[in-house]
Amino acid sequence: MTRRTAPFGRRAAAVIAREQHGAYIVIRCADTGGPRPRPGQFYMLTAAERWGGGDGERPFLPRAFSVLRAGPRPDGVELQFLIEDVGPGTRRLTELGAGDELLLVGPLGNGFAPPREGRAPLLVGGGVGIAPLAIWQDELEGNATTLLGFRDQAHAHGAALLAGSSIATDDGSVGHHGLVTELLGDELDARGEEVEVYACGPPAMLEAVRERCSHHDVPAQLALESGMACGFGACFGCVVPTTSGYIRLCVDGPVLDAAMLETAAVAGAGH
Amino acid sequence: MTVDFCGLELAHPLINGSGTFDAIAAHRAFGDELFERFPFAAFVSKTVTAAPRQGNPPPRLWEVAGGLINSIGLPNKGLEGYLDHDLPFLATLPVPLIVNVMGFSRDEVAELVGAFAERTEVAALELNVSCPNVETGLVMGADPDETARLVSRVRPLTAKPLIVKLTPNATDVAAVARSSQEAGADAVSLINTLRGMALDPRTGAPWLGGVTGGTSGPAVRAIALAQVYDVATAVDIPIVGMGGVQRGRDALDLMRAGATLVAVGTESFRDPAAGLRIASELAELLANAAV
Repeated sequence: MTRRTAPFGRRAAAVIAREQHGAYIVIRCADTGGPRPRPGQFYMLTAAERWGGGDGERPFLPRAFSVLRAGPRPDGVELQFLIEDVGPGTRRLTELGAGDELLLVGPLGNGFAPPREGRAPLLVGGGVGIAPLAIWQDELEGNATTLLGFRDQAHAHGAALLAGSSIATDDGSVGHHGLVTELLGDELDARGEEVEVYACGPPAMLEAVRERCSHHDVPAQLALESGMACGFGACFGCVVPTTSGYIRLCVDGPVLDAAMLETAAVAGAGH
Repeated sequence: MTVDFCGLELAHPLINGSGTFDAIAAHRAFGDELFERFPFAAFVSKTVTAAPRQGNPPPRLWEVAGGLINSIGLPNKGLEGYLDHDLPFLATLPVPLIVNVMGFSRDEVAELVGAFAERTEVAALELNVSCPNVETGLVMGADPDETARLVSRVRPLTAKPLIVKLTPNATDVAAVARSSQEAGADAVSLINTLRGMALDPRTGAPWLGGVTGGTSGPAVRAIALAQVYDVATAVDIPIVGMGGVQRGRDALDLMRAGATLVAVGTESFRDPAAGLRIASELAELLANAAV
């Protein structure tokens, strides 16, 4: 239910549009070879041309991205990815526009599971980590309270990709001046017994979400990120520590039940 | 393009490097299409040790120009876990299974080889000798005599083909290959990853949880070619060549340098079906070369 299997191998997908949302780029592509992904699943992306030769003669490996949004097309599925230029791989991907080609593998990993009986979804996102919450919000058909946190106004433009969100910014330029986890704290105080939390964002934010939910005894599903070479369990590079030892985020995640984590503050991907 | 390797008839010369493809995890990701389009002519499983291992603390990866450094630390379920959980599935793969084993002493390697010696699911065994012998402190595969003692110890335990996976982090790889052959190895495979390191650009401290790691990818291809070439002049047994293979051309180079089989590793991380593509490119190159 939370996982759709991917076609075996890497396939080409035409980029059909590039949109700028403040500090973020949305790349929309036409995937004629794969199924519609489940919310929370991810793809390994490579630019078909000039992948390499950037800063430090990188990138070399594909980069993992949770799908931002997916929808039907006459010839397959439209996939959207949210990208922020933070390294040689993401930089190259943000350069792509209509007429360029992506190489992709996916959908991969486990997506979000429906909320437990009697609980309503509460979505918490930070920065580029808002991506999987958009497709999840689409599937929940607007029935999810959504809290989003950003660094500043340029990044807060990303909030337009989701519906009806409460916003927090580090610099106070938009919405609540402070952390999104403070907004979460208010929600949990008010109605913790009625919600299940879905979160994606930077490691420190996810760890704060995990701690608050654990303190309030509220179930939470966290979409984590970790440095990843392959995305399908081959390299063993993306492990995160859990209560039962290391697990590979790519095949056993990226969405994990917060209860199985001792910490959600895992080393980031370095894109 | 069928090829005979130590008595095994393989559909083509492309296999995987140990630890670069997990057929069980790949089946979860890709379903039965993995079986229908299996990318390798034989499957080499990830190193099995006697006891289960969690592997090294993260971070485990660092991307470099044309490759990566990994510090994985051989996580595996241990011999018992492999026999109970992995082997039944791997036995259903549409290609022969080569089991890679590593021990921290000769007795431990012998225990592992003995455990697979009579298993009909297993076509061949590969010895990972890139590991310190806890009794001598020597990396088994870094020294010709140490390697010979290990191979001599386990050779009588099985009639299955025995492949020695050589480490490139040795003074004279060809000498280690020759001593492997003299001690009874049926084949050698090389290169394993080259010892490498990365520093965290923010702190200057080692980035990898294991401090150092192994470098792979096209960055090491020229080194692999030279080592395969050297080893080919030193031994008569078949060679499995690997190191940065991305295209049919790279595989052909390793075969021209003396390899019978070619293994794909890091390139499978970029494209899980890379083995299929490279095998087909190689077939075309060989067909053209034969004209």
